[in-house]
Amino acid sequence: MINEELELQKFEQKIANGEKIEPKDWMPEKYRKQLIRMIAQHAHSEIVGMLPEGNWITRAPSLRRKMVLLAKVQDEGGHGLYLYSAAETLGADRKDLIEALLNGKMKYSNIFNYPTLSWADIGIIGWLVDGAAIVNQTMLAKCSYGPYSRAMIRICKEENFHKRQGYENVSVLAQGNAKQKQMVQDALNRWWWQTLMMFGPHDENSTNTVDLMRWKIKLETNDSLRQRFINLTIPQAYAIGLTIPDNDLKYNEKTQNWEIGKINFDELYNVINGNGPCNRIRIAERKKSYEEGNWVRIAAENYALKNKNNYGTK
Amino acid sequence: MAQNKIDTELYLWEVFVQDKFGEPFTHCGSVHASDSEMALQNARDAYSRRNEAKTIWIVKSSEIISTTPSDEGPFFEPSNDKIYRHPQFYTIPKSVKDKLF
Ligand SMILES: [Fe+2]
Ligand SMILES: [Fe+2]
Repeated sequence: MINEELELQKFEQKIANGEKIEPKDWMPEKYRKQLIRMIAQHAHSEIVGMLPEGNWITRAPSLRRKMVLLAKVQDEGGHGLYLYSAAETLGADRKDLIEALLNGKMKYSNIFNYPTLSWADIGIIGWLVDGAAIVNQTMLAKCSYGPYSRAMIRICKEENFHKRQGYENVSVLAQGNAKQKQMVQDALNRWWWQTLMMFGPHDENSTNTVDLMRWKIKLETNDSLRQRFINLTIPQAYAIGLTIPDNDLKYNEKTQNWEIGKINFDELYNVINGNGPCNRIRIAERKKSYEEGNWVRIAAENYALKNKNNYGTK
Repeated sequence: MAQNKIDTELYLWEVFVQDKFGEPFTHCGSVHASDSEMALQNARDAYSRRNEAKTIWIVKSSEIISTTPSDEGPFFEPSNDKIYRHPQFYTIPKSVKDKLF
């Protein structure tokens, strides 16, 4: 017991000094559990997030857009992989985590429970959803757990391409003909509030935040991250002639913040609890691809057994 | 498909990347793969989609032998009391130090 207290002291001192915690270091069980939950949820979001965009690969309007979208969706798969690896360094098993996703025991980002109805949605997702992810992930790149932080640094570099291709796509449509303009404004109207909810509930309702910040798993609160995203994004929208779907939106000269209207969090909880337009189809698609890949894994395993020498001779 | 349970996640491999020739290799993460060839290909697809690697090493995670944090004290202790391995340990005559060192 005394030993445990001593270890905890050392652990907290390390975090206070800004040092990283590494996989084999002593850590409180609660830290380990919170990290596994958070990293896995993040990994699930990456691979579920491939679906709404993958949906448009065959229908991209040009070869250039198709190549870009393919590369982006492939990156997201890569992000999932880095993150599952980071979770594995904490003793989690990737198989268990994926099973927990497929049987609904673990969640993924709620934003992917909405459909991509038009081509403009693809641009809006890159600009807003990846843009919001960058704000969040730039913070996580500074978190106390080494492998998670390093995965985030790598991911942030790639996300910048995702955001830019999205904004380019949106700005081309926003400067297009009346129909294109209307299509992209409609997409913004549908995604704006959902994106703001990606940052989670308001600070006073976020039960997790205090715990997560204590050990520097998170370094900033939901509301402060959300505000940063809003301040970054609104000028970008105005620059290409788009309207933010919020009648209460106003700029506060004093704080230099854009102040938004009321977020309807009831909808967020309703969708998280399984009642969104795409909850079922997303999980069904993940299950399908997992099951259809099974024979490949079995074949690979058998091939490896037959070719033991591939591990190198002693 | 009839089988809906996964039988295996294959083996775990650690990936080391050299980003420039002549530079040391740095650990960058891990991949699952059934053999070394697949591990190399997966490592390339996961960790070098933008030419981040000039050379990749992979090694089965189970083959890695590492010290543990609890070793930290006793294991590395022998070098603690050998300050004479550092140049600062030695005093050089001042007249020489300023001109010749
Ligand atoms: Fe991503
Ligand atoms: Fe992304």
